[in-house]
Amino acid sequence: MAAAAAVSGEALTAFLLRLADDHLIIGHRLSEWCGHAPMLEEDLAMPNMALDLIGQARTLYQYAGEVEGKGRDEDQIAYVRRERDYVNCLMAERENGDFAHTMLRQLHFAAFMQPLWQGMLSSRDERLAGIAAKAEKEVAYHIRHAGEWVVRLGDGTEESTRRMKAAVEALAPYVDELFESDAVTKAMAEAGIAPDPATLRPAFDAIVGPIFAEAGLAWVETQHGQTGGRQGRHGEALGFLLAELQHMQRTYPGMIW
Amino acid sequence: MYSQGLIGAKTETTEDEAFLAAFQARIDAEEKIEPNDPMPEGYRRTLIRQIGQHAHSEIVGMLPEGNWITRAPSLRRKAALLAKVQDEGGHGLYLYSAAETLGVSREEMTEELLSGKAKYSSIFNYPTLTWADIGAIGWLVDGAAIMNQIPLCRCSYGPYARAMIRVCKEESFHQRQGYEIMMTLARGTPEQKEMAQDALNRWWWPSLMMFGPHDADSQHGDQSMKWKIKRFTNDELRQKFVDATVPQGEFIGLTFPDPDLKWNEEKGGYDFGAIDWDEFWRVVKGHGPMNRERIAARQKAWDDGAWVREAALAHAEKRKARRAAAKMAAE
Repeated sequence: MAAAAAVSGEALTAFLLRLADDHLIIGHRLSEWCGHAPMLEEDLAMPNMALDLIGQARTLYQYAGEVEGKGRDEDQIAYVRRERDYVNCLMAERENGDFAHTMLRQLHFAAFMQPLWQGMLSSRDERLAGIAAKAEKEVAYHIRHAGEWVVRLGDGTEESTRRMKAAVEALAPYVDELFESDAVTKAMAEAGIAPDPATLRPAFDAIVGPIFAEAGLAWVETQHGQTGGRQGRHGEALGFLLAELQHMQRTYPGMIW
Repeated sequence: MYSQGLIGAKTETTEDEAFLAAFQARIDAEEKIEPNDPMPEGYRRTLIRQIGQHAHSEIVGMLPEGNWITRAPSLRRKAALLAKVQDEGGHGLYLYSAAETLGVSREEMTEELLSGKAKYSSIFNYPTLTWADIGAIGWLVDGAAIMNQIPLCRCSYGPYARAMIRVCKEESFHQRQGYEIMMTLARGTPEQKEMAQDALNRWWWPSLMMFGPHDADSQHGDQSMKWKIKRFTNDELRQKFVDATVPQGEFIGLTFPDPDLKWNEEKGGYDFGAIDWDEFWRVVKGHGPMNRERIAARQKAWDDGAWVREAALAHAEKRKARRAAAKMAAE
């Protein structure tokens, strides 16, 4: 852990948990589609992205467990926390809604993650740089896949345009939270571990802007962005997601599966 | 995963004897029949029916296993199950493609599935009640599928045989993965072992039914064997499955729910009890515990996805029109 000297283990753990929770929760949401997609090709593509995201979550939880040093493994961290202890962004937990909502949510998240991973390619934390090298390739595919759907649906039929616009409206309040900066993100930036999210907005706009333009979609500015995910204040839907996610670990504590 | 003795295919065919004899000679010489080759209508119809059933089974089979993706007990199991269910979808996709080489479209086949005209493997009309069911499906259902599908790699129809080679590799991985889930449970706590035994109790007999009716009661076996679509009879495959599977279950300390199951030294295989064919036909005819839910779930995905598919087509048309307009303007 090259950068450990410059940053407290506590801050690094907090940062890793945020990233890991983001990936687990949005990956879980995508996996809810499996077997129910609009076409067979999407029954392959969505689990594929979910697998990438859950795989990234696993490497991040494993690393967080090591940095934390309390002997917790990936499953104990992923499954055996209380709702208020999950620190994912609100965007990740938003319910799937229709296919337009799901694809736009994925585009937003991937367009936030791509510059973050790219910034971490040169992280002073070698472990994170390694994780970023793999994830950065995967997220590029997510942007392409979700972005193509946003264009198709935005510039498809009357109904698909209406649904895509509704998705833009519905998800707009959750965009700004992605770029929030606080003591944890600043510590990471100062230690050269990860860029501060506040600096990533132009890169996000440069990804999403041309896709919206091609889709004929207008960006919705929101005066009332929602926030709280990083402090464990979530929407009501997350509790149900966690009830499913944690079902086995809660019912049969401490067993090996 | 799939497999079930083919149900309801019409193998009769009307070509003249010289045509049929020439075709049979190619089959007997172990030549592969390819999409543009002349073939009897009955051969084409049988294959469309069989490959379609096989593809539908993969797709419907995503549902009972998908039922546990969001509740998988560890991240490793969650990822493995997602990958497995995705594999099944992939099998469905290339099986539909293989069937399309015979002149039927995926849309037509999907409509037949939803209307109930086309069948799928009845095993998926049973519910997945606990995590152990995911192990049992991998071990038993994919295990049974492999028995059926390995000979299909040598099926006389080229595209189907080639699809089966890849499918078999993946199914074999799924089978080992399922067995490993069962082994972990069987060697775990008393609750876990009980869960594994309960799953075996519920899935064992339906797995044996996957091979279809006894040879004596099977209507279409002979012609399919002659055309080398099938290479072994239902009973032969069922026996191979029992002989391979029983030692695996005993090795991990599970008990098969069949008091008549015992090794027969003379035949070099296991004897086993009578299959409840009433249950088999009841489920095939739509009255199993989950038949309605399975089709309803597929219908809902199809209906809810209609606007997406329409939008994709409309967008492609718009792009084409814009390209054409740009080309005209440039000229």
